[in-house]
Amino acid sequence: MEIIQHLLDGFLIAFEPLNLGLVVVGVTVGLFIGAMPGLGSVNGVAILLPLTFLVPPTSAIIFLAAIYYGAMYGGAISSVMLGIPGASTAVATTFDGRPLALKGLADKALIGAAMASFFGGTISIVLFTGFAPALASVALDFGDQEIFALMLLAFATFVGLGGDDIPKTIFSICIGLVFSAVGMDIISGTPRLVFFDITGFLHGINFLVLAIGVYGIGEMLWTIDSTRGNPSMSKVKISMERTVSHMKEVVLEWKPAWIGSLLGFFVGILPAAGATPGSLMAYGISKMTSKNPDGYGKGEVGGVIAPEAANNSASTGAMLPMLTLGIPGSPTTAILLGGMVIWGLVPGPLMFIEQSDFVWGLTASLYAANFFAVVINILFIPVFLWVLKMPFTILAPIIFVLCLVGGYAPTEDMHDVWLMVIFGFGAYLLRKLDYPLAPAVLAIVLGPIAEPALRQSLIISGGDATVFFTRPIAGPITVIALILLVLPLVQVVRKKMKQSKQVEA
Amino acid sequence: MRRAELVTAVVLAAFSIYLMWKSTELNIGWVEYEGPGGGAWPFWLAAVMLVCNIWTIVNWVRKATPQSRSVEQFMDAHAIRMFVLVGGSVVALVAMVHFIGVYGAVPVFLLFYLRVLGRHTWRLTVPVAVSAPVVIFFFFDVAMRIVLPKGYLEPLFYPLYDIFL
Repeated sequence: MEIIQHLLDGFLIAFEPLNLGLVVVGVTVGLFIGAMPGLGSVNGVAILLPLTFLVPPTSAIIFLAAIYYGAMYGGAISSVMLGIPGASTAVATTFDGRPLALKGLADKALIGAAMASFFGGTISIVLFTGFAPALASVALDFGDQEIFALMLLAFATFVGLGGDDIPKTIFSICIGLVFSAVGMDIISGTPRLVFFDITGFLHGINFLVLAIGVYGIGEMLWTIDSTRGNPSMSKVKISMERTVSHMKEVVLEWKPAWIGSLLGFFVGILPAAGATPGSLMAYGISKMTSKNPDGYGKGEVGGVIAPEAANNSASTGAMLPMLTLGIPGSPTTAILLGGMVIWGLVPGPLMFIEQSDFVWGLTASLYAANFFAVVINILFIPVFLWVLKMPFTILAPIIFVLCLVGGYAPTEDMHDVWLMVIFGFGAYLLRKLDYPLAPAVLAIVLGPIAEPALRQSLIISGGDATVFFTRPIAGPITVIALILLVLPLVQVVRKKMKQSKQVEA
Repeated sequence: MRRAELVTAVVLAAFSIYLMWKSTELNIGWVEYEGPGGGAWPFWLAAVMLVCNIWTIVNWVRKATPQSRSVEQFMDAHAIRMFVLVGGSVVALVAMVHFIGVYGAVPVFLLFYLRVLGRHTWRLTVPVAVSAPVVIFFFFDVAMRIVLPKGYLEPLFYPLYDIFL
């Protein structure tokens, strides 16, 4: 009852004209930043943070949180329309979003993404409102062993459920992890895998360099090759009837929406994990529990709904440890935390008591941001679909230009742009031989989380690997991951036995 | 396709061995009070990569995968021509950035691609080639404060910096 009273007070703050205006502006700006390959919520929040010193702290955080939300919605747009994930959080959305667009169902993918984002956002805000302090303390029980077990589960999902060539899938994961290890060894601080002593490798390989190379340049070359330069991108004729029919179909996909929302929220709470592993795991588990797992990767709307519900849910989840413990759950919340310190706010358990107006105003504004984000997103769908009507010979060079600026923007280094081109060419050639490339992108994102978690776990246990099996949370996760890893081998053996029985018969 | 499958697996196996060797520049064993050495993680991953490539080669010998049985050409004449023209123009785009910056390279690239490869009219080509760098400038340099490289054209932008930055 007390929570509802606090929330109502929060709504009074959130619906002040200035704050409401900032929510609408923030969501719109975030939507476009998120839709731009190479830019994500981190860029938007970091760049616009100085502007917020003109308004009171509560309004400032409301504005930045709205950008964060909008960018999470926007990430799906370039994943669906261009096949390039706008940010790491939207990588999983590409797997089915792009095939849907190629089938002429881009509007369905975008509606699915928007509605799933709204659902994930709503569920997570409700959880945030009701269980903030309790959930934060549960998340604190997650140590390095649990984090590594989660990462292992994410990789195992690809091997066990990918349906691709097993050695090629494992190779793809490993090469992504090796690329994530390029740069500086975090523990000894010495340079590592600096190829041919090129100094550009010292700052590592940014995930976007690989992602844009694979999904931008590689995908374009592949499309031009496989369609002889004339892709038959089905034209979409948008109508109210068609939109309502898509909405009905999306509503029926309640399972991936719930999986994404709950898993995303919990993984989002974990410091250092965040929305990317959350969305990838949601995709994997949604595929695992689907009635049509073979349809995933070929244009299944559930494959858009699960990751999109998860990444929005995780973005709220990541705010939870930031407010309750002062620990940011994602890079964007780390910047928000910095902003809060500048505004003179002290995050932590006492914040809910000493600055309850701020906390509840922010919480209520998340509801508002979520509502406006879905409305603005759906209103813009015709604009996004207009892009698909362009002839491919116009769209392709524009995408190449976007790849160039998108590859340069994160690190502002031409070395990365050249690397992106090499990755693009390599991805095109490997794809012709059926090497799955999504696991490599996943691995380069999760590698910087997985390696420290593994090494710290082994340091703590003195080199004893059984620590991953003996802890109450890590143990079951590791066992499930190992089962998924051996699952394809079991299936191969069963197939062989079946065939030999048929031959005998 | 069958030959390409084998050649790729052999090249990637060699790359895996190179990565294993490169990883040994750091300790790949156990370091007292530090745990696994800095090279251990990439070394063992590269070792797994090597095993995977050997596995692919074994599959090739047994003709166990579609690619190892395929008699199709890996790249036909059209694919090679496309790869040279499109890939070459992308390489040229990035190379030009070093000399005439993004705002010189992008219009040149778009003019070539739209007019030569796309065979579009000048009425469409010129507006797209001119408007793209303008939009990029206002979005990246002005709004996002991400200054894109200008190469030798930098002095031309000083007046714009004075106005917008």
